[in-house]
Parts: sequence; C-alpha cells; structure tokens
Amino acid sequence: MGIRRLLSGNEATATAMKQINPDVVAAYPITPSTEVVHYFSQYVADGEVDTEFVAVESEHSAMSACIGASAAGGRTATVTSACGLALMWELLYVASGQRLPMTLAVINRALSGPININNDHSDSMGARDSGWIQLYSENNQEAYDNYVMSWRISEHKDVLLPVMVCQDGFITSHAVENIELIEDEKVKEFVGEFKPERHLIDGGPLSVGPYDTPHFYFEHQYQRAQAMKRAKQVILDVSKEFAAMTGRGYGLFEEYKMADAERVIVVLNSSAGTAKVAADQLRAKGEKVGVLKLRVFRPFPHAEVAKALSNAKAVAVMDKCDSFNGMGGPVFVDVRTACYDLATRPQIVNYIYGLGGRDVTVDNFLYVYEKLTEIINSGTNTDDIYRHVGVRGVN
Amino acid sequence: MIYVKGVNQDQKWDEINVGGNITEGGTALDVNTGDWRIMIPRFHEDKCKQCMLCFPVCPDSAIPVQNEKRLDFNFKHCKGCGVCFKVCPFEGAITWEKEDK
Repeated sequence: MGIRRLLSGNEATATAMKQINPDVVAAYPITPSTEVVHYFSQYVADGEVDTEFVAVESEHSAMSACIGASAAGGRTATVTSACGLALMWELLYVASGQRLPMTLAVINRALSGPININNDHSDSMGARDSGWIQLYSENNQEAYDNYVMSWRISEHKDVLLPVMVCQDGFITSHAVENIELIEDEKVKEFVGEFKPERHLIDGGPLSVGPYDTPHFYFEHQYQRAQAMKRAKQVILDVSKEFAAMTGRGYGLFEEYKMADAERVIVVLNSSAGTAKVAADQLRAKGEKVGVLKLRVFRPFPHAEVAKALSNAKAVAVMDKCDSFNGMGGPVFVDVRTACYDLATRPQIVNYIYGLGGRDVTVDNFLYVYEKLTEIINSGTNTDDIYRHVGVRGVN
Repeated sequence: MIYVKGVNQDQKWDEINVGGNITEGGTALDVNTGDWRIMIPRFHEDKCKQCMLCFPVCPDSAIPVQNEKRLDFNFKHCKGCGVCFKVCPFEGAITWEKEDK
C-alpha cells in the first residue's frame, strides 16, 4: 500500500529523485523548476541522499556535467524550464547522440519574448526532435509516476536514450495535490541499479564522443532512430510492470470516453483534466465526445494514435505551443500526419491555446467541441485548420 | 548493444559501437593519415649525424627510433608539416620536396 501525501508537482518530483538517489545531479535554478533543485539540494545537505550535487553556473554546464557523469557510469539527473532548456540545446543532442541515459524533469514554461515565466509547452516542444524521449504528465501523481518509470526506460539496453519528464509549470508544479507515493524500498527495487555495459571509469579503455566521420555518422544516427522506435515497446513493458506494483496503469496515451466518440480532443499535460470535465458535461447531455490524452510524445505513437482516431468524425488537436509555421502546432502536425494512412480519415483541425499561462477553461473546450460539430455539419478547408482559442478579438 | 574492437567501412549500422564509442586504446595507429600530405621530407642516412633533434619535434609518430638511432620515416602518419626539415642542422640529411602522387 502506498503512502498518501500532499505534495506539489515540484516536491513530488524531488521526492522521486530522493527515492532514486542518483549518483549525480547537476542543475541550475530557473522558475518554475527552481523548487525541485531547492528541495533536492536540501536532501543533499541533510545527508538524505548520497548524490554528488553539482551547483553549476548555467544550464549549458548542467547538461555538460550530466553528460560527463552519465558517460562515467553514474545515474544522472537534472531539472529545468524554458530558457534553461534552450540553453541546454546544443548538449541535448550530444546526450542522446552519445546514447547516455539520464532523466530531465522539464517544468514546462513559455519561451520568451516578450519575457514570460508562465506555462506553455514551447520549451519541450522545441526539443521534440533532439532524440530525447518525452513523457507528459496530467497531474502531480503522473509527474511522480512518470519520473520513477523514466529511469527504467532510459537505461534499458534497447533504448539508451535520455528522457524528459514534462509537467505544467505552476499548474501542477506549484499546485498541491493528494498523491500516493511508493515506498522507498519498492522504488529502489523497481528502478534497480544502473549498470552500463561500458563506462569511462570501468577500467577498460573507452573514448566517448570522438569525431564521427562521414563514413560512420549516418550509421550512428540510424542506431539512434532505431533506439527511439524500440523505446515504444520498452515504455509499454515498464508501464505494465509499474501497474503491477502500484495499480496505476499507463499506456502510450489515455483514451477518455473514446469508445463511440465522434468528436475528439487530443491534448497533453494538465489541460487534459479540463478537457475531461468538458467531455463529462457533454456526455451528460448524450453527446458523443471523447479525449485522447497523449502521454508519450517521443517516440510518437503514430499507428496507435491513428487507430484510436479512426472512428472519429472530427478531431481538434490542442497545442500549448505555436510553431509559427503558418500551418499548425507540433502535436497537430504529428497527429494529422499519423492519420494520413487511414482508409477514412476524420477531419482534423488545430487549436493553439493557453500560451504564456493564459487560463485554460472548461468553456474553451466546450467551444472547441462546438466547433467540431460545425466541422462535421459543414466541413472545413485547409485554409482553416490552424486556429487559436482564447485570444481576445479571435473568439 | 554491442561493443566491437576496431571499425571499418564495411561494417553495417548494427555492427559498430553505439554513439561511436571507441573501446580500445591506440586505435589511431591503425588509421592512415599520411595521405593528407602535399610536401614530403626525405631521409638521407649518409648525411645524418644522429643528433636526435628531429624525432622529439615530430608532432606525430613519423620518425621511428631504434637502438638510439633514428630510422627512415614512417609515412603512415606523416602530414608533411616540415618541422623535422626545419630543425635539422645538417645540410642534406633531411630534404623537403613536393610529393608526387
């Protein structure tokens, strides 16, 4: 039986870190992820963990230190948000390209400008093609659970890719919720020991990160691409084992009232909860609406998403991040592409929402469901797929 | 995950180390970097006084020394930088010419 606790998303993440007791944590504070570093450095100071805490001078250094620590065979973690993640950019590719396991808790925040410290997904969405696995969390419990599972996924021999565990800044990171923690011993047993096949201090000669000539670089990228594809099954296997331990089951995504749904909203992170409330209200009136909540965005479960949406008539894909590409946000582009191979495709539109901490309400989702009805009745055209909700003067 | 010793351009993507890791020492010895040269030094043993000024300044491993004597150049790693030619105090012991390829 788990331990009931009242914790913010940040403290839940820090608690999971404490239970896992990584060898190295290198992190630099940035709102809204600062608390995680704050809590964890306290655990280090109090001797509650054995972790070597590296107080670096920037996020670029934090990720560099993590790369070194992971290459040396250490279980390694860091935490960041927004511009901090942006400053890690160069090294994100190095970490995944060198196939170094580690977990990065991303407390999602808008990338400026103008300067904004509130929530949206422009930070982690920007890093979606950096070779990192990305897990998204609706609430504090999921942030905690995904964090515990991330290590098994990252360190699996078929994967060896770093993992971002994302949750919404302030919305879940600072909101206190009742969650169920797993006992320390059980977490330790579940996560196990990190035993890389080779590492820099294992005694044998090893060079990590040598220059990769055109004769070999492409093959190494193909290896990384294959690892990302294999990660899907590993995530499912680890999640199954996690469910056996906790009773909390996770898939690649959650299907909420999807069985006969004609109108579907695809969404990730905390707004999924708001979308579910809207779906409940419409279901109470007998309307066939559902929510598909993505948990795994990288690797993108394209075949599974397409299958789940194959019976829908109209789909709205929500993006808390604008791609400024004249076409639509990142989740939209992937979901729409995934559905291309369906024999009969639903009509799919994009709604950019909630940027820079704009409040996301049940009414926003009711509005989107209503628009999906209009689309079913009158169709849409490709000039009108890239939409926004919650912008003054727009709707 | 696999770890193999040595790489060559015939190996397929799943036959080389992940992330390009190199799992043995001294692997540069196996790689021919002597094909970068434009200029080449030539060793003339009859003019050489074995003063040993040349081999310590070679930035690579192109001047082998055995039994306290420098031998002819090993061109596998010689980039043709000319430092040995420049440092040699004896006329004609090391000459410097354009390499015919």
